[in-house]
Amino acid sequence: MNTGGNLLDRVQASLGAQALETGMAHGILVLQIAPESLAPMVDRLKREFGFDLFLDVTATDWPQRRPRFDVVYHFYSTRDFVRVRLKTRVEEADPTVDTLVPLYGSARYMERECHEMYGIRFRGNDDLRPLLLYEGFVGHPLRKDYPKQKEQPLVPYRDVQP
Amino acid sequence: MSLPPLTTLPNPIRPAFTKGLTPGSVIVNIGPSHPATHGTIQIVAEISGERVVRTDVHCGYLHRGFEKECESHTWHTLIPYVDRLNYCSALINDFAYCEAVEKLMGIELTPRCRHLRTLLAEYSRIADHLTCVAAALMEMGAMTAFLYLVTIRDYVYEHIADLTGARVTHSYGRIGGLARDLPDGWLKRLEEILDQMDTFVDRVHGLVDRNRIFIDRMRDVGVIATAEAINWGFTGPILRSTGAPRDLRKDTPYLSYGELEFEIPVGIKGDNYDRYYVRMREIDESKHMIRQLIDLLQPGPVSVDDRRCTLPDKEAVYTEIEALINHFKLIMDGPQVPAGEAYSAHEGANGELGFYLVSVGGGVPWKVHCRSPSFVHMGGVHKMLDGYQLADLVPTFGSINMIGGECDR
Repeated sequence: MNTGGNLLDRVQASLGAQALETGMAHGILVLQIAPESLAPMVDRLKREFGFDLFLDVTATDWPQRRPRFDVVYHFYSTRDFVRVRLKTRVEEADPTVDTLVPLYGSARYMERECHEMYGIRFRGNDDLRPLLLYEGFVGHPLRKDYPKQKEQPLVPYRDVQP
Repeated sequence: MSLPPLTTLPNPIRPAFTKGLTPGSVIVNIGPSHPATHGTIQIVAEISGERVVRTDVHCGYLHRGFEKECESHTWHTLIPYVDRLNYCSALINDFAYCEAVEKLMGIELTPRCRHLRTLLAEYSRIADHLTCVAAALMEMGAMTAFLYLVTIRDYVYEHIADLTGARVTHSYGRIGGLARDLPDGWLKRLEEILDQMDTFVDRVHGLVDRNRIFIDRMRDVGVIATAEAINWGFTGPILRSTGAPRDLRKDTPYLSYGELEFEIPVGIKGDNYDRYYVRMREIDESKHMIRQLIDLLQPGPVSVDDRRCTLPDKEAVYTEIEALINHFKLIMDGPQVPAGEAYSAHEGANGELGFYLVSVGGGVPWKVHCRSPSFVHMGGVHKMLDGYQLADLVPTFGSINMIGGECDR
């Protein structure tokens, strides 16, 4: 028995007022929110509505748009089997959102990846060391203005002997 | 030609700690290239005697810019990259990715394609579980069990190669269908392999299930509770080993899973033994599903008849100008995917495998993001390593089945 549809209706009715935009996209409830309402909203999603699994955080870069970045979160309820996507926009000059580490352990690692790939800062996450990249890597490779072919070898290339 | 002295090379990582918490403890570095780490992973561990006090897990040594690379390929030509995420069960990646694109395009699959994708996904899951269990057993010295399992896995790989042309990275999924239909006699050989699998898997059960050494290494080692597992984002066999029957095939049925009868095996307490047993039982369930799907399969087309994504017949390409242009446009410009975003999640062999796609319209994706189970698991793996013996790290890590390809992307 799947009660997920009702749950999403309740979430939409209850949290819709704090969201800038709401809608359904391919079975997922999408809430567009302001960065400052992220942490309180996730807290309610977890405690009131049972979205206990934090699946994923990533960002989307829109270089021509202000604010430039979307930070995109996916949550799943292991009781009702439905998903919620939260999207929040941040400026290039201050790409900062609150961390979700106090709510979900898994946020720690995923925020590290999002930070190194897009330069999104997660306020309150004290461990934003490089993860898939290495110490000293300059720039954020998944930003659209980072050239795909750019190389930053950690060990300098050696000359090939003739 | 002289190499720079080792001491001047920069350290690619900054460990979370360089000093021990307790007097007498030692910081050791394990990996990234270590014969027992079951993947390219680096673990910095604080050891007190033989006991692991805390660990700092680093991945990324197999990072190859998958997501960046996808942004300069068409929706169609990036399928081979998707294969290389979880290379033990590449077909599941193919189908999860294709489904996300099909959601954006609003495509409904043909019944034969749905059944075939389900069948092949389960077949891949078997290969993945066989690999994981075999490698984990080998790392504990059970060479015979390893050879039994990789023997049958090799039958599976060769058999899938008969269908797709490749043993490991098959590139067999297509947007809106599959690359080709089954060759003659493929299903007959499939049934033979399933029967042989019973024999080999039974032998492994006989060798290790009640083996004293095996139980001592696996029972009560690497324990994780359900709430903790969910908090750290664990899905798949690891979450099920804690006793939670959470499986996307049952909870949010996709492909043909709604029409199949199967059980979700769960463990008792989330230790290494449970994870071994859950995987072995899932192999049985997958076999059961494949046998049902063989009966469900009906003749029919494997790809939708949709000119936006399916390549026209070769014969038509050579004889009709419309088909030639269609083929040319699909190859050069790529399938035209409407603007929008979609997230599709499949139950991968290791957990929830999700693809989050953003399209701005046209043949090239704006963003392809893969939510890979292995990566998220690496964020919480210290919970299963800390407090146990250093030697326990090997079976625990083996039972997690971290796949570098999908972890590091």
